[in-house]
Amino acid sequence: MGKKILIHNDKVPGINTLEVYRQHGGYASVEKALKTMTPDAVVEEVKKSGLRGRGGAGFPTGMKWSFLAKPPGVERYLVCNADESEPGTFKDRYLMEKIPHALIEGMITSSYALGAKTSYIYIRGEYFYVARILENAINEAYAAGLLGKNILGTEFSHDCYVQVGAGAYICGEETALLESLEGKRGNPRIKPPFPAIAGLYGCPTVVNNVETIAAVCPIVNMGGDEYAKIGVGRSTGTKLISASGHINKPGVYEIEMGVPVEEFIYSDEYCGGIINGRKLKAVVAGGSSVPILPAELILKTEKGEPRLMTYESLSDGGFATGTMLGSGGFIVYDETTSIVKNLYTFARFYHHESCGQCSPCREGTGWMEKILHRIVEGHGKPGDIDLLWDIQRKIEGNTICPLGDAAAWPVASAIRHFRKEFEDYIKYPEKIKDFMPVV
Amino acid sequence: MAKEIKFNEETLALVDKLIKRYPEGKHKSALIPILHIAQAEFDGWLSSETMDYVASILKIKPIEVYEVASFYSMFNLKPVGKCLIEVCRTSSCWARGSEDVVKHLEKRLGIKEGETTKDGMFTIKTVECLGSCGGAPMLQVGASYHENLTKEKVDALIEDYRSAGKQRSYTDLDYKNTL
Repeated sequence: MGKKILIHNDKVPGINTLEVYRQHGGYASVEKALKTMTPDAVVEEVKKSGLRGRGGAGFPTGMKWSFLAKPPGVERYLVCNADESEPGTFKDRYLMEKIPHALIEGMITSSYALGAKTSYIYIRGEYFYVARILENAINEAYAAGLLGKNILGTEFSHDCYVQVGAGAYICGEETALLESLEGKRGNPRIKPPFPAIAGLYGCPTVVNNVETIAAVCPIVNMGGDEYAKIGVGRSTGTKLISASGHINKPGVYEIEMGVPVEEFIYSDEYCGGIINGRKLKAVVAGGSSVPILPAELILKTEKGEPRLMTYESLSDGGFATGTMLGSGGFIVYDETTSIVKNLYTFARFYHHESCGQCSPCREGTGWMEKILHRIVEGHGKPGDIDLLWDIQRKIEGNTICPLGDAAAWPVASAIRHFRKEFEDYIKYPEKIKDFMPVV
Repeated sequence: MAKEIKFNEETLALVDKLIKRYPEGKHKSALIPILHIAQAEFDGWLSSETMDYVASILKIKPIEVYEVASFYSMFNLKPVGKCLIEVCRTSSCWARGSEDVVKHLEKRLGIKEGETTKDGMFTIKTVECLGSCGGAPMLQVGASYHENLTKEKVDALIEDYRSAGKQRSYTDLDYKNTL
């Protein structure tokens, strides 16, 4: 059994309350950081930990923090990205719902490190009931002197607020999120300048994912070096994986980086195998945006080595035979699944969620949805597969933000690994019903 | 039954409190939270009168409200039923039977996706991933998530929402219990 340091207490009754959370060692990182460490020392520990952004990009958190500009007399902000909208991903919701104080604690400790007097938790509007849970936790923290003026009698003062969004996948992109937080449409900004220089209200800002911020607490408590010993190589620490699809035990699992994919899918500790004893067909390992892989390539790399749940192992082979850890949104498809129809749901998603700013994404996602729609409806044309390939190529890399790439990759990978299925849809439209999943 | 588009004293106090969450001059940040409140208070959708009213409260131009309201999927720019049933249809939910859930709802309520029942009670809407893939298939009503749906569960839900007291379910989305 791997180490658990983020949601190990999730089953403790009352862990959502400040009292029980503190009885189980909660807010130790605030005590330690504010009373015994300088802000720079906290940043140093996070650097040493090797922690990488848990929202999907995997960028080293300590490095992101060290980019934060600190001009005198200018406010700095920490903004938590709780917009969790990547299909297949629901780990942040689990963490915030079960252990809200783990996030609030991380917000305080991280804000201290960054010198932020104010922080915002931007949460997707659909998670309204979770926003309520966070508001309650924040109220408890204020009452206990953990937020507000002179926290725990120190010089450090901090205010933390929850901001709800209103339904827009794009607001998970950090500059779109900042636009939304400023009360505007969620159109991503052109970078540079990066938020570290000009973010919220034009001030230096760090935007981090929920899980990233929560991970700062164990890092401060145990020290960055100790944290870096967990996991494998450059994939340090633990990762929350959202497991869904055709598995016996869907849910959120905290894994130590390095668990073999096969063990994750079939072990009773995690997914518990495929439903109804069916065979595994394919996996989307890191949220809808990452390349889908057929069973043989998700279990083993092209070289025949067991695939591990790490940033490096999942991306082994590049996009030709590999994928990405992404957000840890792990969707499993059994042998009855139509890859074409599944791709159609993704294409429809990206078309719906494109903000419309960049033509390749706005138009391209629409075309991909339209073409896939006619294919699944039995009206596919002989050149459609090549046309889809061509469109995704023309979106990728040609947009302001990564939504374009995110829309292109699922299409490219589905065609790359399951081309015959697309051909069958077009050649034998009368048989399409047989390609549909049996639930 | 047009009701006057105006917040009461209590809600106005709440709006003031919300605005104080942002630095001076950055009150526009409160726009999305206030639109949620307005939608909950004024029949579950944002009419142009409602949006103009919100603009006047925040002292911004009406267009600044329209462009935001039209961008986000949770804001309804047309009237909806008292009970807005939002069924997730993206990959994991699809793979676990969301299309069957929609079909069952359509049959049960005698309407198609996107329509509202004649009594103004229910609207069926399909939506993109709600971050509940582990509970697929799922749907949302107001602030409540209903997961691991079966036909029986869907039937029970409809009865539950039809019964008095649970009708105005989108008012779950107001802030008053949290601030």
